Amino acid sequence: MATPADAPAAGGNRSASLPITIERLVKSYGSFKALDDVSLSIRSGEFITLLGPSGSGKTTLLMVLAGFVRPQSGSVRFADREVVLLPPHKRDIGMVFQNYALFPHMTVAGNLAYPLKLRNVPAREIAGRVERALDLIQLSAFGERRIDQLSGGQRQRVALARAVIFEPRILLMDEPLSALDKNLREQMQLEVRRLHDRLGMTTVYVTHDQREALTMSDRIAVINRGRVVQLDRPRELYERPSTHFVASFIGESSTLPIEVRDGRASFAGAPLLSAAPAPAPASSAPSFLVLRPEKLRLLADAAPAEANVIAGHVRQNVFQGDSIVTYVRTASDHEIAIRRSLRTDEVLPEVGTAVRVGFSAEDAIIVPADADAPQTGRP
Amino acid sequence: MTLALDQIAAGGTASGANEEALRRQAHGERRSMLALTLPALLLVGFVVLIPIGWLFWLSFVDKSGFTLIHYQRLLHPTYLLTLRTTFELAFTVTVVCLLLGYPLAYLASQLPRRWASLVLLCVLFPFWTSLLVRTYAWLVLLQRRGLVNTWLQKLGIIEEPLRLVHNFTGTAIGMTHIMLPFMVLPLYATMKTISEDYMRAAANLGASPIRAFWQIYVPLSFPGLAAGLIVVFVLSLGFYVTPALLGGGRVMMWAMQIERSTTVYADWGAASAMGVVLLVITLGILWLVSRLTGSAKLGEAR
Repeated sequence: MATPADAPAAGGNRSASLPITIERLVKSYGSFKALDDVSLSIRSGEFITLLGPSGSGKTTLLMVLAGFVRPQSGSVRFADREVVLLPPHKRDIGMVFQNYALFPHMTVAGNLAYPLKLRNVPAREIAGRVERALDLIQLSAFGERRIDQLSGGQRQRVALARAVIFEPRILLMDEPLSALDKNLREQMQLEVRRLHDRLGMTTVYVTHDQREALTMSDRIAVINRGRVVQLDRPRELYERPSTHFVASFIGESSTLPIEVRDGRASFAGAPLLSAAPAPAPASSAPSFLVLRPEKLRLLADAAPAEANVIAGHVRQNVFQGDSIVTYVRTASDHEIAIRRSLRTDEVLPEVGTAVRVGFSAEDAIIVPADADAPQTGRP
Repeated sequence: MTLALDQIAAGGTASGANEEALRRQAHGERRSMLALTLPALLLVGFVVLIPIGWLFWLSFVDKSGFTLIHYQRLLHPTYLLTLRTTFELAFTVTVVCLLLGYPLAYLASQLPRRWASLVLLCVLFPFWTSLLVRTYAWLVLLQRRGLVNTWLQKLGIIEEPLRLVHNFTGTAIGMTHIMLPFMVLPLYATMKTISEDYMRAAANLGASPIRAFWQIYVPLSFPGLAAGLIVVFVLSLGFYVTPALLGGGRVMMWAMQIERSTTVYADWGAASAMGVVLLVITLGILWLVSRLTGSAKLGEAR
């Protein structure tokens, strides 16, 4: 079977994307394991995000894909072609660097033309493609500008255009939006995703920003301590995290230690009547109940008993414009955050009021207490 | 001018609180900054501007008043030959320094910090030795029965001893040794600032290591390269001690010609004229290079 990667780089008839198969990658620096037996299958045309805290190994994995870091062992295949021994300049994949790495001694157009020149594209075709690329990123008038005359957002777009102008079938992105301010970053997230949908190449995106990962990805691989902890679609990852680490790293949550015995959970000695989601942890294992703030209800003391309630006192109300977060302290001295949207005339529960926090069984996330607990706070 | 801007910023509107006092404070601050630069300005005035003015003056006068005779005399073949030798030597030394210094600086910039400082130490080491000592050391090494000739003969590479000293070759060798740090240090400083990501980006876009080096790395190292070339070339033009000793009187440099004018002929006018010529040539080179690098900065010079 002819491998598609053998086709000439500038050839016309070829599929827009390639699947990536990563098998048993190991990379250690001394005693530090940056990649600890990582295996990952990325589908053709997929937008996948490697998400993890700094030092988790996500960037190392990207660098192995690009060919800049040589692993100790393991396999990387683009379609059926083994590339782990291939030098970076022969891999024919696009990459957007964290600091963009635009060549300061070339103009914007010069930067965009560079990969095409390397592929011996005729000068006339280069001019046309550069022009179309500049149109695409809405910088038509900026072709002759120097890189240092561009704003951060413009550089970002040029870097993106340079990475895709030679129509690579795989695109790697290393925290490309981290240098932008919040508004621009959110706008670029949508732009990058739309570009991916239009061009269709397989995209591997690295970030430590869980919200960015949720916004953009088809699937997210959560990475911690050199291992893929969980690989899933954003919604599944958010609603059914498989470990304590994933639950606390993605989204906001309150975490309560619970005990599970014979399929029944209890918190601080009081049984939770119907919190029994699958997969049930091993019997009598120490576990955590993870509660998302927006899925909780604040019940007045007099309300009828529900299936799952935890009693406590209001500790603090934080007004955030579109919503309000109420922090409730339980008798066992744990804190639960509840996020609600507020009716204009609604009166806030006063600090110190006895309240009950209610939640339905399907919103209760129970994860085993694992050694993967995050070392750092939420990003 | 800034003062005027301040006034505009104050907006012509009725004086706000503390307006006058704040302006006085800004004023005073600027004045004290000016006072800090005063010693430097005085030094430059006394040490640079006045002597150069004096030099100019001397080169245009003789007993009878204003004259161009000193400059006319420089057109004599002896002087032109000296000028040619000076340029040839400076050019040779600069090129050899480039060929030796660029790989050396590149090596140092790529090494881990500890090894890099060792390499730089070796480059800098000659700096801490007296110029005369180093020059005489070369004399010992390069002479007819010196270390280099003895070894080459013993190894059977040559039969007759090479003429390595008291000529152009010897002078070039000695000057290259002394000039090398001036090439390596600015190059190293620039290369250290070239992010690894540029070469990675080039490789990622499809450039082989050799192409990436020539098309990305070398252009990015250009500021250090230009600085190194200028410093070596300009210093070589005015070099005196090493050519005087290693040239053995056969290699006549411009600076030696100046020295001879003052000590042998006591002709200060001619010496001044030669000094002015050297100064003008040097400034011309600086201007030319700044023009070239300036346009190179504006994009691909193609």
